[in-house]
Order: sequence, then structure tokens, then C-alpha cells
Amino acid sequence: MEHGSITNNSHATFTLTEEDHTLANAVRFVLNQDPRVTVGAYTIPHPSHEKVNIRVQTTGDPASEVFKDACQELMQINRHVRSVFDKAVTAYKAEEERKAKEAEEELKRQRELFGSMDIESN
Amino acid sequence: MESVESRRIVTDEEKLEAKNFNIFDLPDVPKGLPPHLELERTRVVCKVDAPTHTTETIYSGAYAFMGVDNSVNLENFSENFKVDVISLTETDMVFDMIGIPAGIANAFRRILLAELPSMAIEKVFVVNNTSIVQDEVLAHRLGLVPIAADPRLFEYLSENDQPNEMNTIVFKLHVKCPKGDSRRKVLTSELKWLPNGSELLKESAGGSTKQKTYTSFSRSQDSFPEFADNPITPSFQDILLAKLGPGQEIELEAHAVKGIGKTHAKWSPVATAWYRMLPEVILLKEFKGKHAEELVKVCPKKVFDIEDMGQGRKRATVARPRDCSLCRECLREGGEEVVPKKGGEEVVPKKGGEEVVPKKGGEEKAEVKSKGKREWVDQVALRRVRNHYIFTIESTGSQPPDVLFTEAVKVLEDKCERVISELS
Repeated sequence: MEHGSITNNSHATFTLTEEDHTLANAVRFVLNQDPRVTVGAYTIPHPSHEKVNIRVQTTGDPASEVFKDACQELMQINRHVRSVFDKAVTAYKAEEERKAKEAEEELKRQRELFGSMDIESN
Repeated sequence: MESVESRRIVTDEEKLEAKNFNIFDLPDVPKGLPPHLELERTRVVCKVDAPTHTTETIYSGAYAFMGVDNSVNLENFSENFKVDVISLTETDMVFDMIGIPAGIANAFRRILLAELPSMAIEKVFVVNNTSIVQDEVLAHRLGLVPIAADPRLFEYLSENDQPNEMNTIVFKLHVKCPKGDSRRKVLTSELKWLPNGSELLKESAGGSTKQKTYTSFSRSQDSFPEFADNPITPSFQDILLAKLGPGQEIELEAHAVKGIGKTHAKWSPVATAWYRMLPEVILLKEFKGKHAEELVKVCPKKVFDIEDMGQGRKRATVARPRDCSLCRECLREGGEEVVPKKGGEEVVPKKGGEEVVPKKGGEEKAEVKSKGKREWVDQVALRRVRNHYIFTIESTGSQPPDVLFTEAVKVLEDKCERVISELS
């Protein structure tokens, strides 16, 4: 829900239900990174109400557009985080597998060596 | 950043450089932030009594007057963001997340704890319980048992829904301690999965021909390709549920449903998820000889090591800064006590061997002027690197920790999407 003024659309408060610090603080960060934003802040009016108010004031652009852009940006950041994380995990798993294989081969080699030594002693 | 790094140990070269310093050699227009602001921006400095500059400067124009852009846009975020996996097992994961703002890292943590779904026992139908554990206590204990079933394969059970194969997992527990036997334990390994749903018959008033049970499964959960070869069990087989004395018996049915940690902590898929900032330990002067030994000895986390420089000379090095727990023992206990003298000069009592000259001025100088200040307060810098998080996820076993993190990121994405769609 948006609470703004009819004459000036560059200032507005957005009320999000069923949201809390999780989203609001992340969005607040992204909002403040936008040079168009003069004020980007949030408040939870009462802890027992599942509701958060996000205040956006801009240098002139419509607040709802700027707010939407911030959400979009946050979403893209998340997408990037996910892809980088997945890549790192895949690389780690591959590396672990390679190491395990190497250790196994080493063990096998040593066993063979041990076996041949045994034959010699016999 | 570089100026910060280079402060590790003041080498002879640097001393010479400082001697030859000429203000006219500086560039006409200063580039970047001055070192003290750069330090505030990128580090949390931990002083002897409290950390300073703990809050992140998030406003994009904070340093605009110095021609420095403090914004994080997608391009420079993508460039700087890095993930390093430190360890990964079935249940635990440690990884470094570099270049992420605190708010977003915290959002991931909060989602992992409270907003990711998992399966947990919600309803317990007790047929018989003669053990000393009361029904409600036993039901609570059962609720907390983590269940190794992928919640993505199930749906939420809403209030008006019939429990069916898509939203409920049924377990049976029937244990008895025969008379004459010794006391026995009841472990989670004795929870038997019922893929065909409840076996308990509902009491019907009319005595209809077909007896109804407490669930209405249209097909067996065995037929799910995911569960065909690996039956659903609790994540751990050795969790103690109750103890039975001779002649005691427990017979019950437990229904597990999907839920999130916000509703009840039993649905939290993680035992815990947390992060810490990367510790950075810097020696602002060279610690030689017995001072080096003292430094190594005073640190309970064994952060420092001694480096042999040849000819019996020894120097302290920071070998394991990651292990630093910020106990500040090196600042509190290290070195001699500084006695304040009139005129503001600080004098360190001489005590044989090398003379220690306290560092004057500089950004690391602590404001503590109280009695009992130690000389190392100004000589060892304990910092935390902002935007470098060491993230730890301990899963309860329902899903591997790497899957949990990916799901958490997806949840935050969905939240953004919801807001966007509501606005447009």
C-alpha cells in the first residue's frame, strides 16, 4: 500500500504487510545506494503487527518508481549471489572429489608397493 | 585499502620513505579517501574497551564532497562479490561471503532461521502411553525431531485441507518394555514411516461400512520417485524420546506437516545460522625477541607465531588472524603499564633489554587514559573487515546446507517480486 501526496509524488511511504526487517533493511540499503534518493528509511510501528513502513523521498523522480527499482536491483543482486554461490559450491565439490580420488589412488599405489615388497621378502 | 595493508609492520624502508616525505610530492587533487576515513569505511576497529565505527556508511553520497562514490550498483557489486567455500559436509557448511552489504547478509541469515520450510511433527495421536513421560511432553519432544524429507516435495496443510499424501508424513511408534525386562530407551530409530497414511480408525457415529482413518491418501508415498528407494526417516536415529520401565508401553501415531520457523522453531531447517566479520590483526610495530614471545604467550587463540630472522633474532608474525576471537587479551595484558606523566608525555618504564618507544599520534591511538593502560594498546590493531562475512550454516539434516542457502536467496527474491507486482 502506498501513502503519498497527490501534488508531490516524489515523497511516499509504503506499507508492506507480512514483512519485517528481513526485507525492509535490505531494501533500505539498496534505496540508499540510489543517488536519486534523499531519504530511505523504514519503521515497524508495532512489534505485534506484521507490518512495515518504508519511507522514500527522492530528488524528483516518482517515489514508487524509485522504490520499485530498488526491489528490482535487490532481486538482481540476489540472482548474482545465487549464481556465484552455486559456482563456488560446484567447484568445491569437484575439488573434494578430485582429492578423494587422489588419496584413494595413492593408497592403492602404496598397497601395491607393499605387496611387491612382500613377494620379494618371500 | 593499500595504505591499511602496508601498516602491518613498519620496515626500515618505510622509515626511510617517511623521512624523505615531502608534502609537495603529493598529487594536486587528492585521490580516494584519506587513510583514516578509508579505515572507518572498510573496517571496524576494536579498541580495548569497545569497538568503534561499527555502523556501515550506506548513503551513496556520503563521501561525495571528496569525489568518492560510495554507491554499490549492480556492476561494481558483481565485480567485487566473491564466495569461498571453506568446508562443506552433509550438515555443516562454512563459507566466506566477500563484498556483501550487512543488510543483505543479515536477510539471508534471518530467512535461514525463520522463513525456510521443513517438515516437523505437528499432530500426535496417542493410543496408549503408560510411560512416565506425559503425553504432551512426549508430543513436544516428537515435534522437535528433525525429519529427513525434502519439504519442496510437499505442500502446506491449510486449516480446511484434508491431510493427504502431498502434505502429511505419518509415523508410527509402538514400543513396549515387557514385564521382567530391565528399563529401556525409546529412540527415534523406532519411528516407523507409514507411506500409506494413518492406520488409526476414526470413530464414526453412524457405523458406516467403510471405516475412515485420520488421513486420506489417494496413493502411497512409496510411489514418489524420491522416496521409492530411500524411505523417510528422522535425520538422526539416536535421539532419545522416552524411557520405558518394565510393563510400560507407548503406542502412537505422529503426523508431520510442512511449516516455517516463524510459526514454531521446530520447523527451522537449521540448528543455527550465523556469520562473523573477518578478523584482521595488525602489528603496528615490530615485536622482537622477548616481546614477540610475550605476544605469542598472551594470546589464548594462538593467533601469533614467531618468525626466525636468522642470527637468533626473532620477530612476531600474525599467522592465524582468522582465529582471533577479539578477546583483546593482547591489549589488556600485553606489555608494560603506561604511567601518565605531566605534560601529556607517556613514559614506559624501562625494564632491561630493548627500549620501547610508544607510538605517538596516529589513527590507532586509543583514547583510554585511565590507570592501568598497557603499552600494547597502541601497538596491536584488532579490526574486522566489513563486507567480508564468514557464514556458518548448521543444518538439522533435512536438507544439505548449500541447498538451504540457495533456497534462502530464492525466498528473498520472491519477496522482492511480490513487492514489485503489488506496486505495478
